[in-house]
Amino acid sequence: MLRAVLLLPLLCLTVLVAPFSAHAAMEIQVIGGAANKIAVAMVPFQAAPGQPSPALTQIAGDDLNRSGQFRLVDTGGAQQPVMPAQVDYGVWRGKGADALVVGQVAAQPGGRFVVRFYLLDVLKQTQLAGYSYTITPGQWRATAHQIADLIYAKLTGIPGAFSTRIAYVQKQGRRYALEVADADGQNPRTVMRSNESVISPKFSPDGTRVAYVSFEDRKPIVYVQSLQDGQRRRVAAFKGSNSAPAWTPDGRRLAVVLTRDGASQIYLINADGSGLTRLTRGGNIDTEPVFTPDGQTLYFTSDRGGSPQIYRMAASGGEARRVTFNGSYNVSPAISPDGRYLTYISREDGRFRVTLQELASGQTRVLTDTARDESPSFAPNGQAVLYATVLGEHGILGTVSLDGKTHARLSESGVDAREPAWGP
Amino acid sequence: MNKILWPALLAMALSACGTTGGTKATVEDHSSGKTATSGTETTGVGSGGVTGNAMGDAGDPRKNPASPLSKRSVFFDFDSFVVKDEYRPMLEAHAGYLMSKPDAHVILQGNADERGSREYNLALGQKRAEAVRKSLAVLGVKDSQMEAISFGEEKPRNEGHTEAAYAENRRTDVVYSDEK
Repeated sequence: MLRAVLLLPLLCLTVLVAPFSAHAAMEIQVIGGAANKIAVAMVPFQAAPGQPSPALTQIAGDDLNRSGQFRLVDTGGAQQPVMPAQVDYGVWRGKGADALVVGQVAAQPGGRFVVRFYLLDVLKQTQLAGYSYTITPGQWRATAHQIADLIYAKLTGIPGAFSTRIAYVQKQGRRYALEVADADGQNPRTVMRSNESVISPKFSPDGTRVAYVSFEDRKPIVYVQSLQDGQRRRVAAFKGSNSAPAWTPDGRRLAVVLTRDGASQIYLINADGSGLTRLTRGGNIDTEPVFTPDGQTLYFTSDRGGSPQIYRMAASGGEARRVTFNGSYNVSPAISPDGRYLTYISREDGRFRVTLQELASGQTRVLTDTARDESPSFAPNGQAVLYATVLGEHGILGTVSLDGKTHARLSESGVDAREPAWGP
Repeated sequence: MNKILWPALLAMALSACGTTGGTKATVEDHSSGKTATSGTETTGVGSGGVTGNAMGDAGDPRKNPASPLSKRSVFFDFDSFVVKDEYRPMLEAHAGYLMSKPDAHVILQGNADERGSREYNLALGQKRAEAVRKSLAVLGVKDSQMEAISFGEEKPRNEGHTEAAYAENRRTDVVYSDEK
C-alpha cells in the first residue's frame, strides 16, 4: 500500500484552476498540498464511438487533487488501456506513476450505463481494486466521487469524503438561499429561500435532515427540514431568540440556544420540538454548542470568564471547564469525527482565523492565512476543515487540510457563500 | 453619540418596520426532481394585543418627532451592554406609554457589528436587547408587554466596514408590535 508522507516542508506551490461548466456551481481553486504526493495516472475511461463520454476521470481526478495528497500524472502520448491485461507497467513506471486507473463505459439497454474501473499498483504490478457500477445518466458525478473515494481509501488507508455533501447559505443582494451541494461545490440544490437571513445549517448525522436558524418571522427560529420531501418543522420558537442548533450523534435531539429565561443558554430539545431541558445555568452567554462523536461531551462558547472562550461540559450538564486559553476571542467550536481535534475561530491582531487544537496535548496550529474566517466544520473523514471567509468583500468557502498545507477555495461570482457545514 | 440626527434615525427605524408581513420563505425539494413549495408563512412575532391607534395617526404620540417616544434606538459602546444615562428620558417615556396602555407590546431588537461569529454576535445582540428590557422592567413595564430578541449581525443599519458603521450597528431598537 502506498502512503503519502505529509510531514516534509512544502517544496512547491501549485495553482490549479478547474472551472466547471455546470451553471451556478462554484469554481474551485486548489493551492499547495502535501510534499510527497502519490502519483496517480488516470487514463480517461473509454466509451464506444457515438456514446456520451462524461468526464468521470476528470471529476475523480479533481477530487484527488483537491485533497492535496495526490499528483495526477499526464496520460497523454501513452498507451490507453481499458483492462489490466492491456497495461504495459514499464510505460507507467517511466512516467513516474505510483498507481494507474483504467476503465470503460458501456451503454446498456434502457439508457443505463455500466462503468468498470481498475486501480493498479504500478510498482508491484498488481490490482488494488476493481469495481463495476450500473448507473443512470443522472449518476455520473456520484459515480466519479465514489471512484475517487475508493482510490483515496486504497492508497491512503483513510476513507474518502468525496461522496459527501456540504450545506451553505447563499446571499445575493437581499435574497438568501440554503444550498446543499456535493463536497466539491458542484450540483447545488436550493432547499430553502428567504428574504431574511438564514444561518447555522447543520446536517443530521444520517444526512436526511438539516437544522437551521431562519429570521423570516422577524426573530431567530430553529427549523428542522427534511432533505427528502422538503417538509419542515419549527423546533424551537420560544419567546426571545432561538438559535445555534447542534444534533446529538443519534439524531434524535438537538442542543439549541434559547433566551426564554433571559441570557443565551443551552437547552436540549427533541427533534420534533418536544421535551425541552435546560443544560447550562448562568447569566452569561453560552452558545454554539456541539457534541463530541460519542455524545458524552458538549463543547460551547461562553463569555463567563470575561471574553468568549470555548468550554466543555458533560452532555448531561454540570460543571464546565475552559478549553481555550490563547487570546481573547475563541469561538465556533467543532470536533473531529475521531474526537481528537477541536477546530475553532481565533482572533489574533484583529484577524479571525481557523485554528486547530489537539485535545490531548492542547497544542494549537493556525490553519489559514485569511482574516475573516467563520463557521469551521470537519470533513466526515476528519482530513480537512471547511470554513467561510471573505476575499475582497466576497464571501467564499474554503477547505484546508489539518496540516494547513492544502487549501481549496469554492466561490461563485456575484454571490456570497457563507455559513457552511460539512455533512455525510 | 449625542449628535445623532433623530428625524433621520426615526425614518430609518420606521422604514425598518415598514415591510408588513412580506417576509417570505419557500421550501424547495429537488431530491425527487420536483419543486415542492411547501412554505410558509406565518404571522409575525409578538402575539400581544394591538393598540387602537392606526399607523400614521396624527394623534399617536409615538409618531410625534417632538416626543421622546419617537426615539427608538439605544446605542452601545464597543463590547458594552450598559444602557447609558442619555437614554433614560427616552426609556422613561416608553415605559410610561406601555404602562398606560396595557395592551401595547414592544419587541426589543438587539444588534451587533459584523466582526466575528454570527452566532456569538446573535448572543451579543441579545445581551443588548436584554439590557433595554431590564431597564424598562425596572421602570415598571410588565414582562408580558416585552420581548427581547436579536438580529445579531444579520440586519445591519449601516453596511459599511468602518468603526462608525460598527457603532451604528451596536444597537437595540424599540419596535411596537402594532407598527410592524
